[in-house]
Amino acid sequence: MSELKLPSIDYAALAPILIMLGAALLGVLVEAFVPRHRRHLVQLSLALLAVLAALTMVVLNSDDRLITAGSAIAVDGPALFLQGGILVLAAMALLLIGERVVERGGAFVAHAAVTAESPEDRRQAEGADGATEVYPLVTFAIGGMLIFVAANDLLTMFIALEVFSLPLYLLCALARRRRLLSQEAALKYFMLGAYASAFFLFGVALIYGFTSGIPGRSAGVDFATINAAVNESPASRVLLFAGMALLAIGLLFKAAAAPFHVWTPDVYQGAPTPVTGFMAACTKVAAFGALLRVFQVAFASASWDFAPVLGVVAVLTMLVGAVLAVTQTDIKRLLAYSSIANAGYLLVGVLAPSKDGLSGTMFYLVAYGFSVLAAFAVVTLVRDGDGEATHLSRWAGLGRRSPFFASVFTFILLAFAGIPLTSGFTSKFAIFGPALAEGRAWLVIAGVLTSMVLAFPYLRVVVMMWLSEPGESTPTVAVPGGLTAAALMIGVVATLVLGVAPAPLLDLATGAAEFVR
Amino acid sequence: MGEILTNAPAEPAGAVTYATADGLLTSVWLLVAIPLVSAAVLLLLGRRADRWGHWLGVSAIGVSFVLGLASFFQLRGLENKSVELSLWDFITVGDLRVDFGLLFDPLSALFVLLITGVGFLIHLYAVEYMSHDGGRRRFFGYFNLFVAAMLLLVLGNNYVMLYVGWEGVGLASYLLISFWQDRPSAATAGKKAFLMNRVGDAGLAIAIFIMFATLGTTQYDEVFSNVGALTGGTVLVLGLLLLLGAAGKSGQFPLQAWLPDAMEGPTPVSALIHAATMVTAGVYLIARSNPVFSANTTLQLVVVSVGALTLLMGCIIGAAKDDIKRVLAWSTVSQIGYMFLGVGLGGGAYALAIIHLLAHGFFKANMFLGAGSVMHGMKDQVDIRRFGGLAKHMRITWITFMMGWLAIIGIPPLSGYFSKEPIIAAAFGREDWTAWLFGGAALLGAGLTAFYMTRLFVLTFHGPKRWTEEIEHPHESPKLMTVPLILLAIGSIGAGFLLSTSVPDWLTATAGLGGEHAEHHPVLSHAVITALSLLVTVLGAGLAWFLFRRGTATAPQPAGVLVTAARRNLYTDAFNETVFEKPGIFLTRALVFLDNRGVDGLVNGLAAAVGGGSGRLRRLQTGFVRSYATSILTGALLVVAAFLAVQAGWLA
Repeated sequence: MSELKLPSIDYAALAPILIMLGAALLGVLVEAFVPRHRRHLVQLSLALLAVLAALTMVVLNSDDRLITAGSAIAVDGPALFLQGGILVLAAMALLLIGERVVERGGAFVAHAAVTAESPEDRRQAEGADGATEVYPLVTFAIGGMLIFVAANDLLTMFIALEVFSLPLYLLCALARRRRLLSQEAALKYFMLGAYASAFFLFGVALIYGFTSGIPGRSAGVDFATINAAVNESPASRVLLFAGMALLAIGLLFKAAAAPFHVWTPDVYQGAPTPVTGFMAACTKVAAFGALLRVFQVAFASASWDFAPVLGVVAVLTMLVGAVLAVTQTDIKRLLAYSSIANAGYLLVGVLAPSKDGLSGTMFYLVAYGFSVLAAFAVVTLVRDGDGEATHLSRWAGLGRRSPFFASVFTFILLAFAGIPLTSGFTSKFAIFGPALAEGRAWLVIAGVLTSMVLAFPYLRVVVMMWLSEPGESTPTVAVPGGLTAAALMIGVVATLVLGVAPAPLLDLATGAAEFVR
Repeated sequence: MGEILTNAPAEPAGAVTYATADGLLTSVWLLVAIPLVSAAVLLLLGRRADRWGHWLGVSAIGVSFVLGLASFFQLRGLENKSVELSLWDFITVGDLRVDFGLLFDPLSALFVLLITGVGFLIHLYAVEYMSHDGGRRRFFGYFNLFVAAMLLLVLGNNYVMLYVGWEGVGLASYLLISFWQDRPSAATAGKKAFLMNRVGDAGLAIAIFIMFATLGTTQYDEVFSNVGALTGGTVLVLGLLLLLGAAGKSGQFPLQAWLPDAMEGPTPVSALIHAATMVTAGVYLIARSNPVFSANTTLQLVVVSVGALTLLMGCIIGAAKDDIKRVLAWSTVSQIGYMFLGVGLGGGAYALAIIHLLAHGFFKANMFLGAGSVMHGMKDQVDIRRFGGLAKHMRITWITFMMGWLAIIGIPPLSGYFSKEPIIAAAFGREDWTAWLFGGAALLGAGLTAFYMTRLFVLTFHGPKRWTEEIEHPHESPKLMTVPLILLAIGSIGAGFLLSTSVPDWLTATAGLGGEHAEHHPVLSHAVITALSLLVTVLGAGLAWFLFRRGTATAPQPAGVLVTAARRNLYTDAFNETVFEKPGIFLTRALVFLDNRGVDGLVNGLAAAVGGGSGRLRRLQTGFVRSYATSILTGALLVVAAFLAVQAGWLA
């Protein structure tokens, strides 16, 4: 028997991931051993502390540029930057998830097993404390995302995909109110997610087949091998292109790009709003982190071949998101389509494989995450007796009822519309500039045109809030608890600061914009 | 830092350098900051500021004006009259650097004085005009926001800063047009203005990206110094996109339709934004970018054509309208056409266009506020067929409006004569047969302007009364409204002469403006042109006086082809509807259908349609997972097929 050779593992470099996964396991134990009335506080503190600890480790590791755990994980500039981004945004999302003042017991159902719409369910909706299992679930999801953006081979990437997707499916089903809608959303997300995973896995298999037979190398699905295979594999290129297409489909599904976006509006609408915010911010970062790595590291040499196809997908995504946002009547669906359109803009960044393009895309991801979390934070506050009032007609005249929150929301919408002095403008600038320099003029033109269209639904909401008289059905804006207020303020301030003085974060992104290969 | 460089020679390909600001000029940022802070206070304090908010708004603009005046005199004493104040690095992506900085030079100084000076008077007027409106504080908040954005637009030292202000004024304008949201027409007008402006904005945005891609910068000095190195095609595309942006903001062909509809907003808004300042931003953009436009003669020809076409369109439509504010709006479209004509001619005509812009700011604001005063006294009536004989009842409004009228039609010695006539002469000064084309258009426009403005004036203030029953005794407006009118009337009288003697020299210090005068023989001598333009003016005015001195029918009369076309805005709205609106609606519906039903739904729908069974159609509900899965599968098949097609070499 030959001696088993263990791969060397750099535990310090992996610390953020290990901390999050460890905290999640600890959270499961907390569920079992800590008395019910204390769990909320303990779980929330545990999750936030874990995020802080992981963030500290990311900062400490910030100069690492290495590949570890065999060749499974790459800890390099983009990985660290995106991990930092995910952790900061996740901390904001956790603040929203932990809110229990706006609605008694929080946004989550107390006992998910109680039949929806039954008398018992109505009783627990009134004020029973929400389930605290959400914290370990969120922590697992964050851990999975951290692996996802650092994965250096396709199998690790697939496992990370499942690690962060499964908790999200569950989280979507846990809304306190409108539970049928929530469960329907979760089921749809789960079934379609599983479907997309199958595409991804099949793609991995084809790529594995493609890498066999390179002289002097064994077959494998790590990115260095794939990159070498793209240049010198004797295998049929049909394998490569079919595999690349299937991988792209799996990732584009998570990124909510058309035509794989169909789940997004339903899931965004049905999921509890803090979870929607978490998905819109963190899942987006993770999905695009993976897309960037797959297409700029593994398939970099084939960029002439995939760029036209992904470009068409990007334009279609922008178009679908922008045009359909115009017809929406529900604020969460409106934000869902806006998130789809933003996926289109981000794809433009993925197709600009320069240092500037990479740093612009990473900047965009983080800036957008701040804004979108703040937007969903406001959505959680506008409510009436039945919970959140998400129909747009209910928002008419909100500016008269609550000028402060209406101003905040107006500011965020202006940021989405890309009005200058908000992060929405600087980030579009940071992404379109390099794309044009790379000769992707048609993508930039499509991006500018659709963002002009997309500004319209946002401004329609602004006008409704400010210029209409409040009706009898105009809901009140709840006074936010400290947690929501903190998350909202972080989001708004970041949107403003990144709009007025984006240079520090852009410099940071530029400094990090190089993959290890 | 601190190094004062000598001013660049005013030639397009030459290097452009700006000096660094010192002394009082380091505080030009306050010009923008003061109205901005005031707007924030007004909008954030809410009802608490209702009692004194409007005075805060007025004084913010007043302070800005005084500061602008002080900076203006400071600038006069400098050697290099273009000073730059760099505040901080705005955007840095790799090699792309955008400075958050301001540029105070003769051109922007003039604009600052116009915006804050005329703006102050209009703010003052609005205090009284809006006094019965519950939203007055909010109105002043938006109004201040507009002024701040407009000042940023003209003070930025690069195209991105200009774009920042550009979006800001668009936003404020949209809010102010829709201010009376409960009127459906105001809401529609707001949307129309917004959408048409977005078309222009897209042009400007893409132009800025092209600058980045080709020149690697958007700083004015660097762009202007390097524009000569670009290929002719690039300059042409760049210029056309800039022109598209300018046309959108300034209501020029083919994006002119929003401006007259924007009159649904309160009258002070029409006066400040849609007559004196924002709509002239397009002229500013072209004048500022003159090294780009001067670098390509085709480009100049396009600008001149747009100007000439729009000025005639505005005149013709203006002559057929009966709404006092719409006539003035079309006249604005037409006058800005003159300015485009001027900036398109290039060379010395840049300065002429700017003079006309400033003079127009005075007399058009004067007439809009006069129209507001008339409406104030006539219970918000806007139909000139229902006015008449108001001269006796509103002496001050009458006299001041008369000054505006005489100024716009170009009777010496009022301002319009000094600003418009030189543009006509410059149009005749072109070298080839186009001199006759554009000169003739400008001359014809002068005659038509005299006709429709006289019609407006006579029908409103003279002839028999044609008032609606409920008006017994129209009253003159209060002092707070008439004092700004009087001051603006004085401006309408004197501004032209003063400007035409001082501004050209002043502007030569701006990069590229007012430069070389090519010596050649114009097709007509200047004296002949002057005589001709006075003649057509008197003819047009006389004809209108003769036709309308006894009033007019109070209901629409059947009319010939031309008048009917003019009443319908020369069918441009119908054109927009068929070419843009309907396909847009169709695209939206198609996408909604596909997105809701999924491809599965489409297939089912086809099957149901073929089978003729309505029962099957009922099953077409939205949101089935299987429909979604089918969509994804279809998409997946397409993506895989596309990749394989690339591999087979069909697409790449």
